[in-house]
Amino acid sequence: MKSYTLPNEKGQFGIYGGRFVPETLMKAVLELDEAYKLAKEDPSFQAEIDGYLTEYVGRETPLYHAKNLTKYAGGAQIYLKREDLNHTGAHKINNAIGQALLAIRMGKRKIVAETGAGQHGVATATVCALLKLECIIFMGEEDIKRQALNVFRMELLGAKVVSVTSGSATLKDAVNEALRYWVEHVEDTHYLLGSVMGPHPFPVMVRDFQSVIGKETKKQFLAQEGKLPEAVVACIGGGSNAIGMFHPFIGDKEVSLYGVEAAGQGTDTDFHAASLTKGKPGILHGALMYLLQDGDGQIIEAHSVSAGLDYPGVGPEHSYLKDSGRAQYHSITDKEALESFQLLSKLEGIIPALESAHAVSFVVKLAAQMKETEHIVVCLSGRGDKDVTAVKERLERERA
Amino acid sequence: MNRIEQSFKVLKDQDRKAFIPYIMGGDGGLNNLTERLLTLEKFGASLIEVGVPFSDPVADGPTIQQAGLRALQNGTTLRGIIAELTKAREVVSIPIVLMTYLNPIYAYGISTFAQDIANAGVDGCIIPDLPIEEEELLAAELEDVGVELIRLVTLTSPKDRIKEISNRGKGFLYTVTVKGITGTRNEFDQEVVDFLKRVKDISPIPVLAGFGISNEKQINELIPHCDGVIVGSKIVDLFHKNDLSGLESFMSVLKPEKNII
Repeated sequence: MKSYTLPNEKGQFGIYGGRFVPETLMKAVLELDEAYKLAKEDPSFQAEIDGYLTEYVGRETPLYHAKNLTKYAGGAQIYLKREDLNHTGAHKINNAIGQALLAIRMGKRKIVAETGAGQHGVATATVCALLKLECIIFMGEEDIKRQALNVFRMELLGAKVVSVTSGSATLKDAVNEALRYWVEHVEDTHYLLGSVMGPHPFPVMVRDFQSVIGKETKKQFLAQEGKLPEAVVACIGGGSNAIGMFHPFIGDKEVSLYGVEAAGQGTDTDFHAASLTKGKPGILHGALMYLLQDGDGQIIEAHSVSAGLDYPGVGPEHSYLKDSGRAQYHSITDKEALESFQLLSKLEGIIPALESAHAVSFVVKLAAQMKETEHIVVCLSGRGDKDVTAVKERLERERA
Repeated sequence: MNRIEQSFKVLKDQDRKAFIPYIMGGDGGLNNLTERLLTLEKFGASLIEVGVPFSDPVADGPTIQQAGLRALQNGTTLRGIIAELTKAREVVSIPIVLMTYLNPIYAYGISTFAQDIANAGVDGCIIPDLPIEEEELLAAELEDVGVELIRLVTLTSPKDRIKEISNRGKGFLYTVTVKGITGTRNEFDQEVVDFLKRVKDISPIPVLAGFGISNEKQINELIPHCDGVIVGSKIVDLFHKNDLSGLESFMSVLKPEKNII
């Protein structure tokens, strides 16, 4: 595993990945691939990104030893990688900065993006305001209801938010509409995809931009503990914060990698978003990956209390890491995530995003099975302010 | 020579252009599929494209999205469409081309799919989310059973790429005449006409114009520069409204007596 160099030239991770897009988009996808390769080799591009990450986003983010949570779990030492402390409140901005700077290099000053929870939309709208780019965001009607505050944020930042009513009116359908919009405006518009999915080079490019999470974690943990952690944990919708955390550790076999999917009302019900646990390989949105689908290849709508995990697919690299056994994937229900949302708030004074609460919930279980001398880093991908209203309503409903 | 090549040869010999209607398989019930194919054949279709409904049709506009949704809601599956086409083949003699997104094929199993559609008498297959970079996934399987993979070129395809794509095919080249998804448009600009001329110069196989074509004026504008037109949303709409006389009059635009060539 030391020599992990995936994907190949075609953007494949084993059988997964690829470029399954309409011909209209191929020119843009190939141009993006070329532009990204050139930029990647240009030290001034990375320096430009690093500049914004330091001065504007506020990196590096802390690696925090959560002693109260550790005591509660009663096992391994738990550390939180505080991506929630980034500007805009989540890891999404790491990728948005990188792609927006790349779009400018390519001479594109219009940006289209999809958003689920609204975190990627807010990050994209923020970066577009900063860099004076025109911005249009597609968001499912259901998610607009669940995340009204983020819609207002995006508009405040100057973005146009378009409500998507087709299909399940969630993230998957927002991606469909964003892709359709890109097909129509491909010549002057960059699609700023928010996760490690879509056609090559998006999965590798987004991974590279998010790998700052794992690289910092590694450096910080080594400085604090003089070794690597025994395990890292992250939640997975499309999988961008998880791959950002995992990728720098893939070659370190002594570090176990755990991804946490949304089990919704339970993986034995029809209402979950556990693509790796319950899905089968298939093709959607430009890539071959694990997908929730029926026997006829129709995509099944995903369900989760957290809008950011509500996606029926999962990035091709995670699909590969699952099959290869290098990473393990588990799932956490809505109920467990809601409990952890409250737990972390009370124990550590940190309100996590509902997405991240899935990872917190799993890490409590995992830590309990490990020794006090062992260490786990969990990626706290976002802060929970955006979820407070929805959680309040749900808890009140449950108490009533 | 398969049915597609044969039918373009006949058209050429008669100095006529092709009219290719698209219908969504299962829209209006799968049991109506054969009847619709026969109607289209009677009204002068040169070849028929049968769409397979998919939950996430990223290359389609609202009309075909809705038709697909209706088909899925009444239980239409790829398996069902293939079974119905097997029966239809006994009475329909013009070529039939299946248009489907890749995932239903992948879920069906690629080699079984190829075998089953060949047995059903399907002559070609159009897969809008399969660019040439990925076609090794099933090109050999289709070739083995004699089903043509129909490839697409678009306004964004560079010249060399149009050349490569058109050289790979034997059936016809699907030339996308809009920057965008399927659905009706009012008119085409000069860029589309120039593009069509360019493709026609390059392509060794018949060039069919499709996407956004919905009225006689557009057809007359494009037809001198291609070997025929593909009409989807408009046909889907006419069937949905059950407007058969409207369909007949619309399809008569390319009948020999009206042929402007």
